[in-house]
Amino acid sequence: MHVLRGVSFSVRGAECLQVTGANGSGKTTLLRALCGLVPPEEGQVRWCGVDIGADPSAYHRALAYLGHDNGLKGDLTADENLRFGIGLRCRVTPTAIGAALTRAGLAGQRGLPLRQLSAGQRRRVALARLPLFDARLWILDEPGSNLDSAGQALLLELLQAHLAEGGTAVVATHQALDLPAGTHRGVMLQ
Amino acid sequence: MSARASFASAAALLMARDLRLALRRAGDSLLPLGFFLVITTLFPLALDPELSQLRDIAPAALWVGALLSSLLALDLLFRDDGQDGALEQLALCGQPFAGLLLAKTVVHWLLTGLPLVLVAPLAAIALGAPYGAMPGILAAVLLGTVCLSLIGAVGAGLTLSLRRNGSLLALLVLPLAVPVLIFGARATALAIAGESLAAPLYLLAAIAVLAATLAPWALAAAVRIGLE
Repeated sequence: MHVLRGVSFSVRGAECLQVTGANGSGKTTLLRALCGLVPPEEGQVRWCGVDIGADPSAYHRALAYLGHDNGLKGDLTADENLRFGIGLRCRVTPTAIGAALTRAGLAGQRGLPLRQLSAGQRRRVALARLPLFDARLWILDEPGSNLDSAGQALLLELLQAHLAEGGTAVVATHQALDLPAGTHRGVMLQ
Repeated sequence: MSARASFASAAALLMARDLRLALRRAGDSLLPLGFFLVITTLFPLALDPELSQLRDIAPAALWVGALLSSLLALDLLFRDDGQDGALEQLALCGQPFAGLLLAKTVVHWLLTGLPLVLVAPLAAIALGAPYGAMPGILAAVLLGTVCLSLIGAVGAGLTLSLRRNGSLLALLVLPLAVPVLIFGARATALAIAGESLAAPLYLLAAIAVLAATLAPWALAAAVRIGLE
């Protein structure tokens, strides 16, 4: 069965592409294909003009992906999760991790195992990880799920900072993204 | 730009993470060892406590126990990481995926294979093996568990996307593990008889080297398919 057909777009630096579409329209499949997790049967995904299959490692180093699942371990604390999760990619200091968690409003929960936090708090830990990945391309699948309004504000703040640094983002969400004019485009899957 | 992590530091960090997670769930990690001990201690209870008879069945009891308990442990290898999205993050972290999965398999062996290596000689004594057979049994179980962990990891990778994967995993892995069972049991029998066990040990070592060379690539391909 083909999920996606005739989908074509490009995103530039300092730009956020918002992907919308009905449930089951293939948003997640599209984002996973962009990451290289699902190889497209036909067509290409290109990063800086080069097919992502040519050098997947280089592409993945430039990529931060947040899927439906946070990719965090419930038995580890927020601190440990960030240390292990980010340390796989780049060196990170405890100070930077502390600052990221404080920014996400989790300063008081740093030492708790993640399974003791609420779903929204766990999502915040996953969001706090994004800037530390030091990636130019963010691919976010429903990043706002389980988040309260302060959490949504955090998401926007992180996205704005990322775009201001010249980063690129592809976000699948139905929530209105209040981003500066000229940095925000939409694509709808049918 | 912050400095990129080398593969060695990434693999070390991943192993440290998995060890820490296992410590926090010590019960899960000790289950296969307990299973092995139960199997090997049940044999003397079910049979005549005739020493010669126990010695005859010792290799079979040890190796069937080791094989089944390593199967039991395989379920732990990727299940949690697959469910919470951690495996996706590993696949996308820009490090060699096969290497990271091999690091995970090494930790899995440390947690489930190494305890068997340490306990197997004791279980063999309980089954009436002479003390002189200990080094040989230790070497055979060491090589055998390495093979079983590597072969089993590929099976665990292949069944990653199936919800109830236990039975299929056993069906996939058991035929591949049969050579390990045969040569391991043969080496143990020779060790107990006090004869040279070089031939089956060399064969076990050959299987271990073959598995260590090929398994990481097969594993990476299998897990990638599972993540699709």
